[in-house]
Amino acid sequence: MHASKPAGAATVSAKAAGGKIVLGEPEIRRALTRIAHEILERTDGGTDVVLLGIPTRGVPLARRLAERLAQVEGRPASAGSLDITMYRDDLRLRPARALGHTDVPPGGIDGRVVILVDDVLYSGRTVRAALDALGDLGRPRAVQLAVLVDRGHRELPIRADYVGKNLPTSQREMVKVLLEEVDGQDAVILGESDEGKARA
Amino acid sequence: MNRHLLSTTDLSRDDALLILDTAEELAQVADRPIRKLPTLRGRTVVNLFFEDSTRTRISFEAAAKRLSADVINFSAKGSSVAKGESLKDTALTLEAMGADAVVVRHSASGAPHRLAGWVRGSVVNAGDGAHEHPTQALLDAFTMRRRLGRLEGLRVAIVGDVLHSRVARSNVGLLRTLGAEVTLVAPPTLLPVAVASWPCEVSYDLNAVLPKSDVVMMLRVQQERMNAAYFPTIREYSRRYGLDSGRMALLPEHAIVMHPGPMNRGIEIGADVADSVRSTIVEQVGNGVSVRMAVLYLLLGGSEAQR
Repeated sequence: MHASKPAGAATVSAKAAGGKIVLGEPEIRRALTRIAHEILERTDGGTDVVLLGIPTRGVPLARRLAERLAQVEGRPASAGSLDITMYRDDLRLRPARALGHTDVPPGGIDGRVVILVDDVLYSGRTVRAALDALGDLGRPRAVQLAVLVDRGHRELPIRADYVGKNLPTSQREMVKVLLEEVDGQDAVILGESDEGKARA
Repeated sequence: MNRHLLSTTDLSRDDALLILDTAEELAQVADRPIRKLPTLRGRTVVNLFFEDSTRTRISFEAAAKRLSADVINFSAKGSSVAKGESLKDTALTLEAMGADAVVVRHSASGAPHRLAGWVRGSVVNAGDGAHEHPTQALLDAFTMRRRLGRLEGLRVAIVGDVLHSRVARSNVGLLRTLGAEVTLVAPPTLLPVAVASWPCEVSYDLNAVLPKSDVVMMLRVQQERMNAAYFPTIREYSRRYGLDSGRMALLPEHAIVMHPGPMNRGIEIGADVADSVRSTIVEQVGNGVSVRMAVLYLLLGGSEAQR
């Protein structure tokens, strides 16, 4: 980040996060639009689709995808949220944390196609927890996964059906997704993680 | 959060709100096809009840089981305690069995506090003498917030036997922390001597307090503790401090009626009042499970190192 560059809001927070912006607002918008079209192609026009975002940032992403599905097909698409905190496998590694909100759209998930939506796919452990959580809520006909960024380094046999951007990273790096609804702006930032800094 | 839940006065505003918000999310579990979460799998919760209690013990048991914890029930009757074992020896026995949490009810004020010094797990006070009953106060606050949408500035009247009531004591502490205004209403003989130092108002006139209350909480007349003639007759108490439908009409339109149970219909609360739409008595029982789930999750769900 050069000092002579105009200091926009995005520039400031990318600096604060200590990294560079790899996706800006237009790229995120285009990626989501493409994913929306892929979903429509692969699910017969989005009939019976329920989008469930994983808090925090999966929730607004699921909502945005639902808006796009509705725009293209001209009928409302349902979106909700699925908190996975109680199903995490690392609960005992950290102090008890506050729960996110689970909101299943009316009609439930039985017999429908659930598309899990998250911002970053990394180890795959969050998705594993989400699959467990889904199993306690009902029995979907199929479960698919949509993510804005796939950064690799899977620790479980899990893959995404829809990917906004494949981002090759090293494990010392950190990927941060910022969204208008939560952070006041749209951006994906790649930086060095605190762990990486400590080791460096 | 502290490692133990012994008194509502140990809870900061943020702690209390975290418990209530967590309970709000966990309340959803009751409406799902599978009413169970895997969170406390492999953890052991011991219900250690030296005093008779049905609803509190069952509520804790349901809460622990919904979180997949193993539950061991230990009641003083017919146990080693009846043979003269001390609280400390009982505690050490539980310790040896690897209890992650001990939910304790005891007739002596301060017993959970002592226990907390002897065991490695978390201690949850489920009622100690006339001292505290923190999870009851939390579920009351949870019920008020659900029904009325807020706690800040809420006017709460607590009516009846404050002297013997751990529920009243815990509620005064917690509601104060959460920004509600509490008025205690009771005959002078049923108020503790130190009530002047409590963070609340005191009144002897129920009719004057009711029109200015958003919540009225009726306490049980503990007939088993009424051997010292605190009032002339039950009938007179009921006339002056009981909530019948005539008195209920003095309450503002939105106000709710609470009771921690078990209630004496016809003494402190009229049967028609207990069954009215304003009454939250049955709701309180359901909310109790959600709040106790939240407490167990927040005490046991995280890492050992942090506790």
